[in-house]
Amino acid sequence: MKGRDYLLPLLVLFAVLAALYMIGFYSPIEREQGVVQKIFYIHVAIAWNAFLAFFVVFAFSFRYLTSREQRWDNRAHAAAEVGVLFCTLVLITGPIWARPVWGVWWTWDARLTLTLVLWLIYVGYLMLRHYVVGTEKRAVFSAVLGIVGFIDVPLVYFAIRWWRTQHPQPVVAGGEDAGLDPRMAATLWVSVAALTLLFLYLYRLRARAFDLQDEADEIERRLEDVAVSSKGVR
Amino acid sequence: MLHTIATILWKDLKIELRSREALTASFIFCALVLVIFNFTLELGTEEARRLGAGFLWIAFAFGGVLSLNRSFALEKEEGCAKSLMLAPVDRGAIYAGKMLANSIFMLITQALVLPLFAVFFNVPVASKVPMLALIFLLGSLGFSSVGTLFSAMAASTRMRELMLPLLLFPVSIPVLIGSVEATAWALGAGPGGDVSFWFKLLVVYDVVFITVSFLVFEYAMEE
Repeated sequence: MKGRDYLLPLLVLFAVLAALYMIGFYSPIEREQGVVQKIFYIHVAIAWNAFLAFFVVFAFSFRYLTSREQRWDNRAHAAAEVGVLFCTLVLITGPIWARPVWGVWWTWDARLTLTLVLWLIYVGYLMLRHYVVGTEKRAVFSAVLGIVGFIDVPLVYFAIRWWRTQHPQPVVAGGEDAGLDPRMAATLWVSVAALTLLFLYLYRLRARAFDLQDEADEIERRLEDVAVSSKGVR
Repeated sequence: MLHTIATILWKDLKIELRSREALTASFIFCALVLVIFNFTLELGTEEARRLGAGFLWIAFAFGGVLSLNRSFALEKEEGCAKSLMLAPVDRGAIYAGKMLANSIFMLITQALVLPLFAVFFNVPVASKVPMLALIFLLGSLGFSSVGTLFSAMAASTRMRELMLPLLLFPVSIPVLIGSVEATAWALGAGPGGDVSFWFKLLVVYDVVFITVSFLVFEYAMEE
């Protein structure tokens, strides 16, 4: 266990550096969009991980409700935190790319809107955790929201997509996967791998921290019990 | 099972018939929303017809949250929630009864607000009532399906009243989009195209979330 604790961060460091090098020097500069297109490698990789994180929340929420073991709730919580962080980064990197390329900071495009709605759902999830008193109740309520929120995703997506086709919008040019240069594709894959590793690392750190916090609380509780009973004896 | 659902439903309806608190509050609130729209947007009849569906559903959503919040806050206040938990009945039946009661409250509010909307904004609705009734029914069921589940959870958090809309609105986005588009079409104002999609979306949402909420409701009632 000790040895493996160093393996993942080293791997993350190496992968992120490799991805940054490939983004900066290896991948060609896009002809029409220019250098700003390079944010796409990071943006897509983070977006994929945000979706992955919310799936992890769903899976562990389900696992918690069936087993009632606190560690599964800790894992769902950790994934939700990193997911919201990544989702925020998607919502920041998106407009940075959109402004010079599309001429607008924001457009109610299906994917953008879905990301925003996901962000709102999972910020709500974190707020709910904050406002529930009692560890078990918090875990149960969060699990319910983790399941309901995720089941909602396809419905939100289809609703927004159909809504988009019904309402005329400024034409947004260029699907990003139209004829990708092989060097671009390679950079994207490395970038996705690097950020997935980073996600795993952050997620594990948070889950670990929650587990340790629980352990510390448990020890504190036991110490208090000992203190109270020894007072009673005297 | 059906008997339990009917008992819970009847209990909630009877409380509301005697106090009329939730309905009065949500109706007045909806009326206020319409008045505020009038002042902030200064609408002509043509614009009101075009945007009316949106106004109605903004009012319904906010009014709906008011009465949904009451649904479980009331149970907590009177200590009724504990008795419901002790009752030897399926928790799903409690959910179904309360969900139906909440849907009925929303439908009554909508029935009261619609004529007001027609008069305020000079939009003729009389001939469209059957279609609107169907849309309002599907929309209210969808909104109350998750709404009842989240109301039970929100009632036992700190900041109860604030928590419900924050959780419910993002998850209800498919219902709101579907209901607004279908209502716009019924009022003769939609962008056209295939409206059957919106009805399908509402039906799918209702079925999915009534089922899911029914299954997980027992967790939301936990103390």
